[in-house]
Amino acid sequence: MQNKLPLLDWQFSGRISCLAILLLLSFCEEGLWAAAPGEVRFNRDVRPILSDHCFSCHGPDANHREADLRLDVRDAAIAAKAIVPNQPIESELIARILTNDPEKRMPPESAHKPLTAQQVDTLQRWVEQGAEYEPHWAYQLPVKTAVPAGVNAVDFLVRKRLNQIGIIPSPQADRRTLIRRLSFDLIGLPPTPQDVADFVNDQSPEAYAKVINRLLQSPHYGERMATSWLDVVRYADTIGYHSDVPRNVWPYRDWVIRSFNENKRFDRFTMEQVAGDLLPDANQETRVGSAFNRLLLTTEEGGAQPKDYEQRMLTDRVRAIGAAWLGQTTGCSQCHDHKFDPITMRDFYSLGAFFADIKELSVGKRENGMLVTSAEQESQLAQLDAIVAERRTAYSFVEQQVNAAQQQWLAGLMTNPVSLPEAAADSKASDDLKKLAQQVTDLLKQPADQWDTKQKEAVQGYYRKAVNTSLDAPQQALTQAEAERNRYYDALPKCIVSVSEPEKRTVRILPRGNWMDETGEIVKPALPAFLVPAPQTGRELTRLDLAQWLVSRENPLTARTVMNRMWKQFFGTGLSRVLDDLGAQGEPPVNPELLDWLACEFVDSGWDVQHMVRLVVMSDTYQQVSTATKELAAVDPNNRECARQTPFRLDAELVRDNALAISGLLVPKIGGPSVKPYQPDRYWENLNFPTRDWVPDSGESLYRRGLYIWWQRSFLHPSLLAFDAPSREECVAERNRSNIPQQALVLLNDPIYIEAARVFAARVLNECHGDTPQRIKYAWQLTLQRDPTPQELTIATRLLAQQQSAYEQAPASADELLKTGAAPLPDNIDHRELAAWTHVTRVLFNLHETITRP
Amino acid sequence: MFNTQTRRAFLNRGSQGLGTVALASLLGGKNLSAQPSRGVIQNLAYPQKAKRVIWLTMAGGPSQLELFDHKPKLAEMDGQPMPESFTKGQQLAQLQGQKLFCKGGVFQFQKYGNCQLEMSELLPEIGSVADDICLVRSMTTDAINHDPAHMFMNTGTQIAGRPSMGAWVTYGLGSEAENLPGFVVLMSTGPGRSPQPIATRQWSSGFLPSRFQGVQLRSKGDPVLYLSNPQGISRDQQGADVSAINELNREHATLIDDPEIATRIAQYEMAFQMQSSVPELVDIGGETAHTLKMYGCQPGDGSFASNCLLARRLAERGTRFIQLYHRDWDHHSVLKEELPLRAKEVDRACAALIRDLKQRGLFDDTLIVWSGEFGRTPMAQSNKGPSGRDHHNKSMSIWMAGAGIKRGFAYGSTDELGYAAVEEVATVHDLHATMLHQLGIDHNALSHKFQGLDVRLTGVEGAKVLDKILT
Repeated sequence: MQNKLPLLDWQFSGRISCLAILLLLSFCEEGLWAAAPGEVRFNRDVRPILSDHCFSCHGPDANHREADLRLDVRDAAIAAKAIVPNQPIESELIARILTNDPEKRMPPESAHKPLTAQQVDTLQRWVEQGAEYEPHWAYQLPVKTAVPAGVNAVDFLVRKRLNQIGIIPSPQADRRTLIRRLSFDLIGLPPTPQDVADFVNDQSPEAYAKVINRLLQSPHYGERMATSWLDVVRYADTIGYHSDVPRNVWPYRDWVIRSFNENKRFDRFTMEQVAGDLLPDANQETRVGSAFNRLLLTTEEGGAQPKDYEQRMLTDRVRAIGAAWLGQTTGCSQCHDHKFDPITMRDFYSLGAFFADIKELSVGKRENGMLVTSAEQESQLAQLDAIVAERRTAYSFVEQQVNAAQQQWLAGLMTNPVSLPEAAADSKASDDLKKLAQQVTDLLKQPADQWDTKQKEAVQGYYRKAVNTSLDAPQQALTQAEAERNRYYDALPKCIVSVSEPEKRTVRILPRGNWMDETGEIVKPALPAFLVPAPQTGRELTRLDLAQWLVSRENPLTARTVMNRMWKQFFGTGLSRVLDDLGAQGEPPVNPELLDWLACEFVDSGWDVQHMVRLVVMSDTYQQVSTATKELAAVDPNNRECARQTPFRLDAELVRDNALAISGLLVPKIGGPSVKPYQPDRYWENLNFPTRDWVPDSGESLYRRGLYIWWQRSFLHPSLLAFDAPSREECVAERNRSNIPQQALVLLNDPIYIEAARVFAARVLNECHGDTPQRIKYAWQLTLQRDPTPQELTIATRLLAQQQSAYEQAPASADELLKTGAAPLPDNIDHRELAAWTHVTRVLFNLHETITRP
Repeated sequence: MFNTQTRRAFLNRGSQGLGTVALASLLGGKNLSAQPSRGVIQNLAYPQKAKRVIWLTMAGGPSQLELFDHKPKLAEMDGQPMPESFTKGQQLAQLQGQKLFCKGGVFQFQKYGNCQLEMSELLPEIGSVADDICLVRSMTTDAINHDPAHMFMNTGTQIAGRPSMGAWVTYGLGSEAENLPGFVVLMSTGPGRSPQPIATRQWSSGFLPSRFQGVQLRSKGDPVLYLSNPQGISRDQQGADVSAINELNREHATLIDDPEIATRIAQYEMAFQMQSSVPELVDIGGETAHTLKMYGCQPGDGSFASNCLLARRLAERGTRFIQLYHRDWDHHSVLKEELPLRAKEVDRACAALIRDLKQRGLFDDTLIVWSGEFGRTPMAQSNKGPSGRDHHNKSMSIWMAGAGIKRGFAYGSTDELGYAAVEEVATVHDLHATMLHQLGIDHNALSHKFQGLDVRLTGVEGAKVLDKILT
């Protein structure tokens, strides 16, 4: 054996000496694992290796399995002699990863997936220790670790691990930092200097909790929470493909905001989205929630085949459920059984079949959608409808009289044929009327019962125009009422929502995902078999069943997925780093006990989102400083263990909101149709069918929060795009957080930031009447809620002087600068002075600290 | 990292820009301490024949049957029913459910160059460099509608949200352009008609870091969005603000140890540099009259020819991936009238680009690709006015040139009616694999973890390098 496998010898001899260190500080991607020396755990240590390096050919996907060997099932691996428990030397798996023979060595070179020495070592020790398997962690129901009463569970469980690995948590951040952090995290807006002062001066033990309560009660809390959810469900104002035309969907966005503000239970939040039209108590509100099912990409492209897009829409929806609730990548199973997770093609298409009842066109224009009205609007509409009905009745009444009169008139004409003096002779009559009169004169020569419909209409038209105009007034009144009603109706909000049709689309398993292949088996709605083994009831399942299962205690994934995303919102990284994949290829959570505890508590609390938010932000862990000691940075560079906080750049929308709020320009209105602030000319020039111009709004719509900006999927507002806002063509659980020159260009040159800077400068000059240093301090306070350091003050003072002198020399430039944006200019400030100060405030908007959540 | 001396240099240079202050480039690593990165691939799998790519995308789908794939038999059968043996059970776009008739090529073909490459009379200029190009007549694609087909051609999948090839390549190799983006997109449109839309997703970085996204150079307005100073702010004033921002950020960095601050400082320098380097790049007024004439463009005309000239200027400056779109090749109807116009708009400039790159010694390490997003049917489409051709994914022609591609060579063929590629059938994934190969990259090795998967440009079904077209 040793001759055959010379590597083995080398491996074993070199291993012992460094084993202890290796195990104490063994990293999995980024996380720092606390492991008892020598103990190998399948889920934590082995599955990630097997999954990433082996399962592609020796995993769940039977159709692509090599050598008929699967390593994801222990019995199968043992039967194939790949694994001989406790006997690494006898195990083919170990032999094949150690051999020098390139023909035999696994993984093959062509896979570009070589194992590291450490991974080889882990596998060897695992076999040595008996090659025990564990079911995949995320598919087991979470278990709630007991936490002593009166202790914050987050702190208890974070510190339990920190103790194990010998890391000391960081101290609490100062109050200014805390309130800035809380404000950005909970409402997405900066605190005012007064907010900070109040908090700093509040000596009561509840001071911190009071801030949290205030923020959770703010209507802006819902906006902040909605921003993340809208990414997850790919909410946008346009259809996505090709012509990327608008669709009516913004009421859904407001529904999301409202749901968070009302602290709607997350299970209810889920059910309204997936099956809001099928709930026993379905109403307008829940139906708007069901717009979730309509958020996917659609097309109006000529030549698009309905079957093709039917398939695209089905797969889009399955991916969305996987991303938003299950934390599973299902997309692979469109074409083949999943290679890493036990999701089969049957699971995939059966999930898709839940949505086969939704009424929609596969290709073509979306309908206007359901009317979404307030009680007030509803009664206003009813009132307008009543007026129309009333006037229609009045019209009909007069019409009967006129018709009777017309009969008499005709009878008279027929017995005494004369010309038609009413029009023919009238020199003022229009040509049309003269022509009509001639036609009627001719008609009168035939018996009336020989007139066809058109001829009858001609006679009637003539009579009503030239002889008897008593219908004019009621007609006009009716037309006016109808126009008014339609105008009102057209302006009312509408939303594309889920409407269930009894005649469902047929769903087949599509071999290799090919929509033209109709040989696949027809499937009915079914929950993923690997999670729900029991056969289901006799009746066909509906979206409501799916929704209920998503938030049932039997589903191990949803609560974990949601809590993992929430953790990222408050700490910058999920407990499991891959937010959208809790499957084998994701990352086992750094602190599984904590994630499980959060998931259990979430369910136990009645899916109470605010309870969970409060629990996390109340923890000492959340309140730590975000600066790392050298030791801490060395041992846990990516802060996976949360022995401190992590600073991160504000999300795209919040970068804008922050500047608008500081300047005082922000219009804090909640909800409504999407808005169009300034956007560079011709940015939409490559859109077509139809070609379109972005016409910026005016007035308050220019200064609304970023989440209300018109979300054009194929051409997202470039200012948002630069700061990593996703196009929302696909579900996005985690945005990029880049740091690129386009961001500098936006903050420096986008007119909204120039306008905000000049308005901010005017605010500083008008509100602070002190000298230059005092005014600079005032600007610093409004932006960062702290005083500038002496060095900062020097830099700002110098810049101000420099810009003042520039505008002294070129006063016209000051006027030019101040023309940026629609906000009115104050008439009490010299333009040169205001322009120079605009540079100071502009610089403040561009600071790293300003756009960073601390 | 930004010492007093460079700071002073920065402050003093003002309007000249920052010169050669070392920067983590636009495409570089995450923090300044890293070398200006050449990307994630440390060791190339193959000799790097191509240092850069210029991809000339003829958006809409140019007809190979009029331009590159001469089918006398199809002409013979003009007007006759298309034999069902070809089309049965196949994917059709706008011709779905209609009677199918053969449509013979409406333009003459002729042989060009020493290699006697057979191409259309509509492309005499490209014909004049026939000995430098390699024509692939056996391309196929999966998609049959414009939007998904562009997505497939650019990202290797029809699912939105994936990185386009330019992003992959700059991610893998980085860029050699110090103060310009590494992936640049230029757009032009033939006059008059109503071209198909092109979405920004076509040059998206998808799940790769945003710094790898394509940057569109626009011919009107700011060449790069938000590039110009606000009105009333001179370059000196802008420089003063930028240096104050960076000074303040450096102050902050002394209190907060966050590497992102250093990156932020570098990005402001980069942005400020771009404010002068991009206008310098797009100003073709300094090119000689001879050059302008060779391409057939005027400064500021926004034409495909201008964009070809800009492509050369970008290539000279080290930009890694340059993608041009020329729109309006979607000839469902009036093919006979419209196609010659499009051909004329690109013919001369394409040839000029090759000649120009050659004379500057750039041709040998620049990979040029000329393609649409799909081909067109040998069947006529007549339901939209004067006859044209529908979208087609079973056959299309593209050509490539430079960087280790065989010269004066024709590869692959279609059946006698030009319906399907039959010899040396090439897929979009094969094309991508081949392009990456010329860039020195093993397509199987260029992957990025996304949603737990090692996602590759060339997908999971396997792809082959088209060895026979390589020198």
